[in-house]
Amino acid sequence: MSWRAGGVRPFVLQRVSAVYLAFFIVAFAVCMLVVRPTDYIAWMAFLQQPVIVVGVALFWLAAISHAWVGGRDVIMDYVHPDGLRVALLSLLGMFLLAMLIWVLRILLVI
Amino acid sequence: METLRKPPRPKHLDLTKIRLPITGVVSILHRISGVLLLLALPFFIYLLQLSVSNSAGYAQAEAILSHPLGKVVTVLLCWAIAHHFFAGIRFLLFDLDVATSKASARRAAGWVLVAEVVIVALLVIGVVL
Repeated sequence: MSWRAGGVRPFVLQRVSAVYLAFFIVAFAVCMLVVRPTDYIAWMAFLQQPVIVVGVALFWLAAISHAWVGGRDVIMDYVHPDGLRVALLSLLGMFLLAMLIWVLRILLVI
Repeated sequence: METLRKPPRPKHLDLTKIRLPITGVVSILHRISGVLLLLALPFFIYLLQLSVSNSAGYAQAEAILSHPLGKVVTVLLCWAIAHHFFAGIRFLLFDLDVATSKASARRAAGWVLVAEVVIVALLVIGVVL
């Protein structure tokens, strides 16, 4: 099976991002339960650790990639007229790119 | 040619007679929770932005989450994450050829529902009380 074959790349992207998201959610929940940041100072001190910032940035990259494949699949399953399908896929792509730029901008200045 | 005619297909268009199997319930909820989380992205990012802006913003994010409506949304979105997480692990196990027989796929679907109910119940106890 070729790597470039239709559907292989989104399939792999969905699975790889899923594994990272599952790992991150558990790891982040455990960190929050251990550190228990209860005010702004503690929350920022927690987030500003290099490992956490990088892990959180990767989380958003994975979440938005995962949302792209999933949202794309839902649109392709239910929306059949070509014009509407292209319009909705474009809208989804722009929405997710906007979310990625927004969240990376927040994380860069933390 | 008469012998080649297929027997009439069973029709179960009576909605009271069709029941989605538990595997189908887990599958459609995976899709619904995924769409819900996708649509909630601006909400999550907005809360993150508020919480890291300054201490007033942090307090505002806390106020949003402790508002009754905020609590309802929190529980709903945490259900979506829990369902998507457990059902997703089940689908990843299928990729590894784990639990692919009909009986074990059904049993795994049952465990997905049990696990998410436990998580949501713990959360409701923690958030509401």
